[in-house]
Amino acid sequence: MKKLINNPESVVADALAGLAAAHPTLRVDVGGRVVWRADAPRPGKVALVSGGGSGHEPLHAGFVGHGMLDAACPGDVFTSPVPDQVVAATRRVDGGAGVLHVIKNYTGDVMNFEMAAELCAEEGMTVSSVVVDDDVAVQDSLYTAGRRGTGATLFVEKIAGALAESGAPLAQTTRIAGQVAARSRSFGIALTSCAVPAAGKPTFDLPETEVELGIGIHGEPGRSRAPLAPARELATVAMDAIHGDLPLAGDLLVMVNGMGGTPLIELYVAFAEVAAYVKAKGARVSRSLVGNYVTSLDMQGFSVTVCRLDADLTRLWDAPVQTPALRWGR
Amino acid sequence: MDLAFFTAWIQETIRVVSVNRDRLTRLDAAIGDADHGTNLDRGFTSVREALAESPQDNPGQLLTLVGTTLVRRVGGASGPLYGTLFRQLGKSLGDAREVSLGDLATAFATAIDAVRRLGKAAEGDKTMVDALAPASRALADAAREGLRPDDALERAAVAAAEGAKATIPLQARKGRASYLGPRSVGHEDPGAASAALLVSALRP
Repeated sequence: MKKLINNPESVVADALAGLAAAHPTLRVDVGGRVVWRADAPRPGKVALVSGGGSGHEPLHAGFVGHGMLDAACPGDVFTSPVPDQVVAATRRVDGGAGVLHVIKNYTGDVMNFEMAAELCAEEGMTVSSVVVDDDVAVQDSLYTAGRRGTGATLFVEKIAGALAESGAPLAQTTRIAGQVAARSRSFGIALTSCAVPAAGKPTFDLPETEVELGIGIHGEPGRSRAPLAPARELATVAMDAIHGDLPLAGDLLVMVNGMGGTPLIELYVAFAEVAAYVKAKGARVSRSLVGNYVTSLDMQGFSVTVCRLDADLTRLWDAPVQTPALRWGR
Repeated sequence: MDLAFFTAWIQETIRVVSVNRDRLTRLDAAIGDADHGTNLDRGFTSVREALAESPQDNPGQLLTLVGTTLVRRVGGASGPLYGTLFRQLGKSLGDAREVSLGDLATAFATAIDAVRRLGKAAEGDKTMVDALAPASRALADAAREGLRPDDALERAAVAAAEGAKATIPLQARKGRASYLGPRSVGHEDPGAASAALLVSALRP
């Protein structure tokens, strides 16, 4: 598998060096693997810190900036960051009003952030957390690791980030982050696997004629396979799963997200089908996002994330944001 | 069993993790995200560096350093879980210079309880616990029966290997493999496989 890299071991560091060179509004500790806003810490502002494995770019480092995250800590490819990184990021951006950790629901991410939160508390920092678990492909029960955190993470970071930027206190920021997570659902479909740089070859074999339904964002296989079908049918599979879990109603924020290897033209094909589905259910696409935001390296495929908006959430979604990967209104 | 014994264990673990790096990653590619071998190998490479930098006085100190290094360097779920296993072993052994089989068995039982609590996993969930728990029981039984340490460790290694193989028909209920539901059946759990390697490295 061809890769545009120097060598597999230095992929994360080399990409962070590029991020730093491209975005002077960010500060990057390449060795310590922390990315933070150049204007942090902002006294009196609640700070948002997120992190996770690398390979999902622009998530999370691409969302560091005005109106969104204050810091991000990228782990190795598909591997959660270690507690030291989270503590260092939290320390960098703590402006005295508390720090919200945005965590995707994976066993490793939750453990490392929990360990970090304990260390932060020992240092006298006030930290709260929200765990995002929006993926309806995973059956949630007492006997599983629970649903995965995927596309809704972007919604949580944007909306809670906007509220924090407006000067809201930690408790309120944490509450709205939880609300966004609770009102959001996702479903993903892969047309191909992806190749982790260190492994050098695709994680799983997927024949030309088949797709994986219910994938996560780590190139892990999904829950089942199905024959390749037109975009209309694949979008319907995703939307049926979402609608079956959280009925579509009212004003919706809808994201059609590429997994990294799907051209934008195909994402728009999918979005047309998703929008038609929403309309047929009597709901409305009030706000939308189409593009590669929460990716899985070079995987071809897409995910749909839907959030049921209300007036407050819409206002916060519309609020100005200025980050490498998401910017408007400023 | 003294500091030299435990140092040999860690050195052997570093070696077997490196030798089995690709196998562990392959197992993880089947039901996870294809990085278990790479992550553990990176962690134990850091352990080797950490040990070279600061020589240890006793087994407890050594194992605590191993655990702390893994937490700080591995990430994912295996960093905190293996980190906790070693840190708890170190804590249980305290500053004793010589460790009896009974002490080791007790320390193992305590450490595995800590891993279970952190991972919220029980035996049969298709995780590292499926290799660690039988190994811990084998050690405890051997200590009670008054076996020599090398026989006891041999039994523990066999129990761990059997426990890892026994994860093949199971459906995962914890960790990333649980997302596959019934499709996780038919594959050996990579965490159980690495745990069995770790126990097998424990030889006099």
